[in-house]
Amino acid sequence: MKVEGRIIGISGPTVSVDCEGLRLYDRVVVGRDRLCGEVVRIERQKAIVQVYENTLGLAVGEPVEGLGLPLTVKLGPGLLGNLFDGLQRPLEALRAASGPFIRSGYDPFPLDCDRPWQFEPLKGVGDTVASGEPLGAVAEGPFRHLLFAPASGKIASLNAGEFTLRQPLGHLEDGTVLRGWQEWPARKPRPYVRKRAPEQPLVTGQRCLDFLFPLVRGGTAIFPGGFGTGKTVLEQSLAKYADVDVVIYVGCGERGNEMAELLDEIVSLKDPWTDGPLMERTLIVANTSNMPVAAREASLYTAVTVAEYYRDMGLHVLLLADSVSRWAEALREISSSLEEMPGEEGYPTYLNSRLAGFFERAGLVETASGDLGSLSMVLAVSPPGGDFTEPVTQACLRAAGAFYMLDTALAHSRHFPAVHWGQSYSLYASELMAHFAETVSSRWPELVSRCRDLLLREQGVREVAEIVGLEGLQDADRLLIRVAERIRRDFLCQNAYTSEAFSTPEQTLNRISAIVDAYERASQRLEDDGLLDEALAELDRE
Amino acid sequence: MRLCEHRYQSIGAIRSPLLIVERVIESRIGETVSILGPQGEKLEGEVLRIDGQTVLLQVFGETRGLDIRYSTVIFSDAVKKAPVSMACLGRVFNGSFQPVDGRRMFVPEKWLPISGYPINPVARARPEEFIETGYSAIDGLNTLVRGQKLPVFSCAGLPAREIAAGILRQARLSGGGDFVVVFAALGLTHREYSLYMEVLQAMRGGFVAFVNLADEPVVERLLAPRLALTLAEFLAFEKAMDVLVLVTDMVNYCDALREISTSREELPGRRGYPGYLYSDLASLYERAGRLKGVPGSVTMLPVATMPEDDITHPIPDLTGYITEGQVVLSRDLHQRGIFPPIDVLPSLSRLMQRGIGEGRTRSDHRALANALYRHYARGRELRQLEAIVGREGMGSADINILSFAEAFERRFIHQGEERRTIAQTLDVGFALLKEFALEGG
Repeated sequence: MKVEGRIIGISGPTVSVDCEGLRLYDRVVVGRDRLCGEVVRIERQKAIVQVYENTLGLAVGEPVEGLGLPLTVKLGPGLLGNLFDGLQRPLEALRAASGPFIRSGYDPFPLDCDRPWQFEPLKGVGDTVASGEPLGAVAEGPFRHLLFAPASGKIASLNAGEFTLRQPLGHLEDGTVLRGWQEWPARKPRPYVRKRAPEQPLVTGQRCLDFLFPLVRGGTAIFPGGFGTGKTVLEQSLAKYADVDVVIYVGCGERGNEMAELLDEIVSLKDPWTDGPLMERTLIVANTSNMPVAAREASLYTAVTVAEYYRDMGLHVLLLADSVSRWAEALREISSSLEEMPGEEGYPTYLNSRLAGFFERAGLVETASGDLGSLSMVLAVSPPGGDFTEPVTQACLRAAGAFYMLDTALAHSRHFPAVHWGQSYSLYASELMAHFAETVSSRWPELVSRCRDLLLREQGVREVAEIVGLEGLQDADRLLIRVAERIRRDFLCQNAYTSEAFSTPEQTLNRISAIVDAYERASQRLEDDGLLDEALAELDRE
Repeated sequence: MRLCEHRYQSIGAIRSPLLIVERVIESRIGETVSILGPQGEKLEGEVLRIDGQTVLLQVFGETRGLDIRYSTVIFSDAVKKAPVSMACLGRVFNGSFQPVDGRRMFVPEKWLPISGYPINPVARARPEEFIETGYSAIDGLNTLVRGQKLPVFSCAGLPAREIAAGILRQARLSGGGDFVVVFAALGLTHREYSLYMEVLQAMRGGFVAFVNLADEPVVERLLAPRLALTLAEFLAFEKAMDVLVLVTDMVNYCDALREISTSREELPGRRGYPGYLYSDLASLYERAGRLKGVPGSVTMLPVATMPEDDITHPIPDLTGYITEGQVVLSRDLHQRGIFPPIDVLPSLSRLMQRGIGEGRTRSDHRALANALYRHYARGRELRQLEAIVGREGMGSADINILSFAEAFERRFIHQGEERRTIAQTLDVGFALLKEFALEGG
């Protein structure tokens, strides 16, 4: 139901309107430029609207229109391979409409309505469908894109063959029109039959992560790090190489040039797992730091809703966000313009619950069509001053299953990915160990503990070396330092710009076993004839 | 469109740069207003917040002498715009775009809103053309490219000014073209300003300066960089020029923002800076870049003097999160007489990867940069060890690395007044590796 009113006050991204009949979280069109907004608070005779576009130039007295619908995401075939802003406006279409700069008031439809699709029905006339059950499928790139019933009922008509998103597919007996696309409220999680405990690994192609801190399909991970510690490069490596079906990448309040760079690379690269174009499996949501703050807050929800939609088709989806801190800051800016009581460091007190609710949308689920689909999340965190005790990092730590700490000192010595092996952890490690032992090599668990042990012992020996000098160490300890150096340089470090940017679990295992085996031989040699130089030479021999 | 001028004499309160006007019938957020003081003095201002018929204004310029009874506010119905034209070249303006070089105001070609519009990420061209700054520490190890934003983080007493001036003097595009410099001086002392002006006058590609000295209105400090960037975008994207925007000092900008935010009674964030400092800084820095299918570029070089030499202070911290790397100056190198005293370990250029190598600089550039970096980082690590055990307690290989680190600082980073081409920079690097028989040489 549409309602109309007027603007009575403006403060930054929030606008107060005199409009009766609005409901909380209804979508509102604000002003003559028709800016998009959402109702965030209702008082008697007055509602506060959070506006997702630049409010500059907006005047008191301009008209407001409540649409009677919440903020929704439009879901249908043709989403993959595209770029959207935080409100799901297609950036290419925006560019065609308003030139190289983004101006307010444009709202192109996110899906291509003229592209023909071949529809294969799974149901027929007279069948009963439940809401969320697949009606049929179209081929979107390599994927079987399922189209779901919007409501329960008996099918009265259902077309097959070629159609565009403009045309209805059919209708139910109660008159509900069946379309190729649907709308879903961004802030409402999509339903599933039941959640399952995640079990399969999510191979990232990063040796350090796969080997020491493995990730699981349906799991969540965060990596906090100060600026220059390689968060973005790591996120982008995951976007390129992770073993999943669909990747949703959210550039949330980050650099515009980096989005240009990511786009440039993804377009030219191939998926290492299927050899198809990488762009076919990727969707990018870009809300750079200078784009409106409120849309930045919405961008994570837009992205996660699309991710859930693909999960519901029985696909494995990875959501990457860079970074959650910018999202939390947007939340803080909005909260402060609403004059809410601030919590820690000015963040609203609902930061924790909002974040926890967001993390909960990840998981391995049984879908309505009986398949298994997963939604995994890997989120970058940018703690101010590199200080991990700040509220956003702490809130994320409580919810995430894996923690990759990016270390400034490692980054300064150009050790990339700068994942600190002592501080990071993965709660999935023990469950996945058996899986890797079975599928890759039975030596996997033993090598992991050997590797950890060597790195840990080296730390102790280094402390001694700082006092007595390297020369003052025992030969065995010097050998240990050398092997730890090799593990760090040749195994944990991985150059994201060369052919070794991606490593299969087999390659990862071969590399670490070569180093550990060489160390065994060298230690033996040292024990046998006591010559350190010989032993060191043995270590460097492949 | 309003049919007549809206004039109000209903000022409710004056709080230094802020004015509250009551019983205003229509007003826009960001609208420019003129304020006539009791003595007939004319000031400009902007609408910050509207609550029903009460409007909060921010006044640019000196508010001394304003009163509630006689002062008049005139609403313009338009947001703040800057006049732009090619005739700006070679001129010096204050933070309100008034000429201060003794010449007359130019005739504007057009008026552009000073807050600009965000560049659509899909319209951005990837920055990758090498800029030769003439400094080895930058060209060799932290390469700057066209369309990048690379801040200089300095500490009080370090020669950031000389380095910035040196870059202005020496920077060349890989094709050999020159830059137009747009200079925003924020809260500078007169002495610093004169030094910069000397360099600007000698720029071959031309310059435009927006000057807000330490004793001029604080609010104009927020305006000057926006005017500078609006003009820079015009010159770059409409006139196809390569523009280098130098903004100094960002700390004065942020302090001005904090001052205004406090008088607006907003909730303070870290160290009293407003919670939106990140978004506000991004609205400046993100205006650097290149566009697909458009020849010009905006490259940005902000200078920030880190308070207490602390890189985790909110200003350098948030800047580092937005910009594509940073050039960090070191007090230690400066004290040892090294110029430019650039500490290459915490310095970084995120866009370097694509800006170097075959066809850009030289095919051996990347390997050399990695080798120099690795050995120097090791040398710095060993220095700490040396401080404990002494040089005598160390092995010959370690001593070699220590001597290399020393020579690297003295001969690669240090260059005094000399300008090095990229080929010279790379040659010095290779010579060093060879001399110390280090791998990569």
